[in-house]
Amino acid sequence: MITNGDKSNAENNEKSLGGSMDTINTAARKVPINRIIPISTVDGPGARTAVFVQGCNLACEFCHNPETQEMVQEKKTPEHLKLKDAGDGKNQGKKGFNIRFLSAKEVFEEIRPNIPFIRGITTSGGECALYPVFLEDLFTLAKSEGLSTLMDTNGTIDLSKFPGLMVVTDGVMLDIKAWDPEVFTRLTGKKPTGALTVNLRYLASKGKLAEIRLVCQDSWVDIEGALEGVANTIPDKYQTTPLKLIAFRRHGVTGKMQNAKTPTAKEMETYRRMAEELGYENILLR
Amino acid sequence: MFDKENAHEILTSQKLTHEQKVMQLAKAAENGVEVLTITDRMQTFFDNGSIHDLFEGGAPYRPRYIMPDYQKFIRQGSDFLKVAPPKDFDELIFALMTIYRHTPSITNFPVYLGNLDQLIEPFIKEVSDEAVVKKLTLFFNYLDRTITDSFSHGNIGPKESRAGYLILEAEKDLQNAVPNFTIKYDPAETSDAFMKKAIETSLTCSNPAICNHAVNQNIYEGEYGISSCYNILPVKGGAYTLTRLTLTRLAEVSDSVEEFMEDLLPETIELIGDYMAQRIRFMVEKSGFFESSFLVKEGLISKDRFVGMFGVTGLAEAVNTLLKDQGLTYGTDEEADALATKILDRIKILVEKLQAPYSPLTGGKYVLHAQVGIDTDLGVTSGVRIPVGDEPEDFIEHLRHSSKYHKYFPAGVGDIFPIATHVDANLDSLLDVVKGAMQVGVHYMSFYAADSDLVRITGYLVKRSEMEKFDQNQAVLQNTTHLGAPSYKVNKLAERKVRMTD
Repeated sequence: MITNGDKSNAENNEKSLGGSMDTINTAARKVPINRIIPISTVDGPGARTAVFVQGCNLACEFCHNPETQEMVQEKKTPEHLKLKDAGDGKNQGKKGFNIRFLSAKEVFEEIRPNIPFIRGITTSGGECALYPVFLEDLFTLAKSEGLSTLMDTNGTIDLSKFPGLMVVTDGVMLDIKAWDPEVFTRLTGKKPTGALTVNLRYLASKGKLAEIRLVCQDSWVDIEGALEGVANTIPDKYQTTPLKLIAFRRHGVTGKMQNAKTPTAKEMETYRRMAEELGYENILLR
Repeated sequence: MFDKENAHEILTSQKLTHEQKVMQLAKAAENGVEVLTITDRMQTFFDNGSIHDLFEGGAPYRPRYIMPDYQKFIRQGSDFLKVAPPKDFDELIFALMTIYRHTPSITNFPVYLGNLDQLIEPFIKEVSDEAVVKKLTLFFNYLDRTITDSFSHGNIGPKESRAGYLILEAEKDLQNAVPNFTIKYDPAETSDAFMKKAIETSLTCSNPAICNHAVNQNIYEGEYGISSCYNILPVKGGAYTLTRLTLTRLAEVSDSVEEFMEDLLPETIELIGDYMAQRIRFMVEKSGFFESSFLVKEGLISKDRFVGMFGVTGLAEAVNTLLKDQGLTYGTDEEADALATKILDRIKILVEKLQAPYSPLTGGKYVLHAQVGIDTDLGVTSGVRIPVGDEPEDFIEHLRHSSKYHKYFPAGVGDIFPIATHVDANLDSLLDVVKGAMQVGVHYMSFYAADSDLVRITGYLVKRSEMEKFDQNQAVLQNTTHLGAPSYKVNKLAERKVRMTD
């Protein structure tokens, strides 16, 4: 059941990532972990342990943990990514972090003591779908202990290519960065891969689309376009799919958006109404 | 000897209300009546702070904590109080208000108000939600303004009920320090919806606290209730007395771990046992309480359901002091925690050997209690808690630590956690953590929102705004503000580690 990544698999996977991701081995059993938060209240329903991988295939200007973007190799971990007194592994990813290469088993050993205080785990990052084999291993372990499994992803990687992973994934929280390709590129630094619409349809059809997330900032995100785009892509499912409209906040943001405006409560209500008018029925503002 | 100077100081204080003066003068008079024999050795330990009588007074004339069987009272009314069994909600509230007024305790106020949702539920069938909430609001405000002491406690649960929901509804808007509320929680009996409502309410007004019902219902035969701070006591009975061993101070006068374990613990525990026995005997044989109280005569309390509480506090500092040469810290280092376990195991065995008079419910034994501390406790962490500043980074680790030690204290123990305010957007997350805590054996826990005005001191609630008034030498309504203000400062309670911040 656990797929052993052979070369052809790895090549296919790299193609679906859309770009020169030759530093990633999607079949990797040990992946770089930025940090593990024992109890997260914001990464899905209930109390969950949140596992943040290191490495992302996008570079969103509004990312509030941009330190998770950088891809790292086990043998070539940049010096600035290591704590001077790294060793106890406890300061996981906070301020001048200590990236650790861990297998799913090792990660799960850190999660296990949190049982019975959590109802599940969530993987995020960075972009956790860069490591589908690791995720499948991890989610398999989690489910065997009665934990629910959620993943947070930017949708650029075609999840239908990883059915084994999907079997052990209870839900996917899908980030819609932007809809129009030019807006997308300006925001994320990369061209869209085309996987987003595939993922929307695939996940919706499997009942695994736990949530659609959209960061609202009208100078950088085509909010209305995205809402329409999603609705047109999954016309039968978007109404009841939970939609989370997230007000852009500067906290943690470096680079071009560090002074961008946070939408006011009134503006957020406008976006809510916009979504309601399009037919979305399950809207949450954050 | 009656202390005239003390009495004069009380009489002329501008920080005390009339009621507070009267009660303190009564205490001064009681202390002038010397009926207990205090040996020299006992006095030594009183003087060095190892043993504390918690200001119970020199001649115990009423039990420390009284837990009337309010259900029985509602069924039969009271001849003495001339209260007929209530037939509707208004009559019920009137009946309860009346009996509370006549239920004494160490504070002179009722420390236990009953399982309020169960008492109320049968009386509100014909009453609208709005009307129930209005009457409850008046009732709770009455309690807050006339029981001028935060050591009063109402219980709800474990099962959900309309009354339970409406109590939470009324309570959440009131921001009252009095009374304390606790929900008896058992995931097998308490619905998630009711518990979430309770959690939501606690994040708004620091009430209710959470009691592990599954564990606590087996402590005594018959019904139990939560009273005062978090004392687990038999309903239709209560506690005669509570004397405590202050481990912090005992460790300070110990030369070594051996002396502490082999000499000082046995000696102080035996002395406390004797002292408590004297108090209980005076109360039962001489004070006349059990002969004259209408509560006894009308069958609302029974001498056979009273227990003596053996209090313990300051474990953290005791361990840290005993191991200071090795620089080990309770709550952080395994070896320190191992010593803590050894100490508690020893205390348990020694306390079990004591003979408690007039305590058939517990087979003639005292019941251990993790005492929450008093205002004069400088640098003594309550019960077996981890001191502010030493708390583990990880909330789960902290809860597991608590569960290791809670089981030693059937008569009450508990932990307090300020909670990050954003958790109200994901109450399920805190519910999950509470369920986990129950499962690993945490006996009792309470929350308040990190930005709340109402904060839990060691077990009772006080408003930060009231403490400020007190600090500026103004009279404040509740006695417990007097207690809370110094404790809050000295024990750095504002710096408690906030939990669920992620």
